[in-house]
Amino acid sequence: MLRLTNIYKLFNPGTVDEKTALAGINLQLNPGDFVTVIGSNGAGKSTLMNIISGAMRPDMGDVLIDNQNVTQMPEFKRSIFIGRVFQDPMAGTAPRMTIEENLAMAYKRGQGRGLRLGVTRRRREMFREQLARLGIGLENRLRAKVGLLSGGERQALSLLMATFTNPRILLLDEHTAALDPARADLITRLTETIVREQRLTTLMVTHNMEQAIRLGNRLIMMDKGRIILDIDPDKKKSLTVERLLGEFEQISGHKLSDDRIVLG
Amino acid sequence: MQAIWTSMSGSVEAGLLYALMALGVYITFRILDFPDLTVDGSFTTGGAIAAVMINAGYSPWLATAAALAGGLVAGSLTGLLHAKGKINGLLSGILMMIALYSINLRILGRPNMSLLGMDTIFPPIERDRRWMLLIVIAVVIVIIKLLIDAFLKTDLGLALRATGDNAKMIGSFGANTDTTKIIGVSLSNGLVALSGAVIAMQQGFADISMGIGMIVIGLASVIIGEALFGAKTVFRATLAVVLGSIVYRIVVALALRVDWLESSDVKLITAIIVIIALVVPTASRSWTMKKQAYKRSRELAGSEAGR
Repeated sequence: MLRLTNIYKLFNPGTVDEKTALAGINLQLNPGDFVTVIGSNGAGKSTLMNIISGAMRPDMGDVLIDNQNVTQMPEFKRSIFIGRVFQDPMAGTAPRMTIEENLAMAYKRGQGRGLRLGVTRRRREMFREQLARLGIGLENRLRAKVGLLSGGERQALSLLMATFTNPRILLLDEHTAALDPARADLITRLTETIVREQRLTTLMVTHNMEQAIRLGNRLIMMDKGRIILDIDPDKKKSLTVERLLGEFEQISGHKLSDDRIVLG
Repeated sequence: MQAIWTSMSGSVEAGLLYALMALGVYITFRILDFPDLTVDGSFTTGGAIAAVMINAGYSPWLATAAALAGGLVAGSLTGLLHAKGKINGLLSGILMMIALYSINLRILGRPNMSLLGMDTIFPPIERDRRWMLLIVIAVVIVIIKLLIDAFLKTDLGLALRATGDNAKMIGSFGANTDTTKIIGVSLSNGLVALSGAVIAMQQGFADISMGIGMIVIGLASVIIGEALFGAKTVFRATLAVVLGSIVYRIVVALALRVDWLESSDVKLITAIIVIIALVVPTASRSWTMKKQAYKRSRELAGSEAGR
């Protein structure tokens, strides 16, 4: 489904500030894989997401989606394949537009946008059904401006917008990190349900160790631009936070340092 | 009384014709969040193209269409400079505005050109039947406003609005934000040039300096309209822009009735109107907030003390 081969990415190459963000990443996601990603600050998790989405181009290496080489494809074209939810609840929606207008834009993911009406009656019914899945009453507020919603509601809407057109790959970039615990819990539950029901191939970056262990069928750990550990479904079932941290220290030679880390 | 009525209907007519320009400014300034200064140049471009073509014997309708096309081209060039050339938005507009000054002189061939006695899209009409023309103009402007509303509700229109609202988001859903920006700025300047063409025909001449200060007049119309009539939906917002343009003309006409003001003071008056319209809402909001915060704090302090 998704294959990364020998990806390198440098920031400020050739200057005193040179930093190796990714150093030879190899990763393969099979259809239906739900992979959680953890790692220290500056391990390259966000860069990895940006390379996959097309927001950044790698200095070396290839990105393949469905065996098609998309390395040089710009982000807006690659979005045919990729749904993405950002950490910032404000990032995934247009605040001065209504809920139904936001959904209409997401509905046209990767298609040409012409002079047809964006919100038709048929689409509106479909949006209402989809919003009802979230279970937070947004289906009754189709014409409300998104800017009026709370952070949690906006993130739930972002999640729906990223997923309801069944993208080949779903990227979740610490999408619960900016929310209070109750909201984060809601979004985590919704994520779990949506990914399971639609069998989405998913890559999720998180700071929450417990979440990283509980969700998904695979877990990868990153450090200094490398994938240092890839835990398969069998081993993942018996994983605990202590063992995970221990394993990290053993391989990387230092403690997992992340100022936002949540153990569970 | 007759004089006031004539001046009022004159203001309304001018307001309606300039409303096309204000709608263009609304598209860049409010929808794309792109302060586009091309307007000062493209307004004249529209007037110049219309004047030259009518003088050369072409149909005034064809001349109007050509003016619209000229504006679309000028706008798309500004859009290209910004989106593809990565030049700062404000600077892209200024560069086009300056470039257009020379181009407009080339089109006109001289600093001004008369249209007196020529056929224009406005039929010759007796003074006491002028109100009929006014109604026709109002209907046409409302139709154009409704077309813009409809466009902004299409898939492309939604992408255009999202480009100004959250470009990162609409990019992640596969819209090319470079393209939507270019389309938006182009459309905006098309409307501006159209306005320049009809104004040239209405006043009977085109002039190399007719566009100077247009952007500020456009902003004044948008801001006055929003302040007086609200902008909750696109339908309301574009209606507010048209009405704002009319109110602006009336305010200027009234200001000019003051004895010690000269007609050359219009641009200063415009600048002051825009400054007031920008400062007052912000200042009053922050004052209300402060008052509210103080009130709530006192309530909280009171309930603490009562415990």
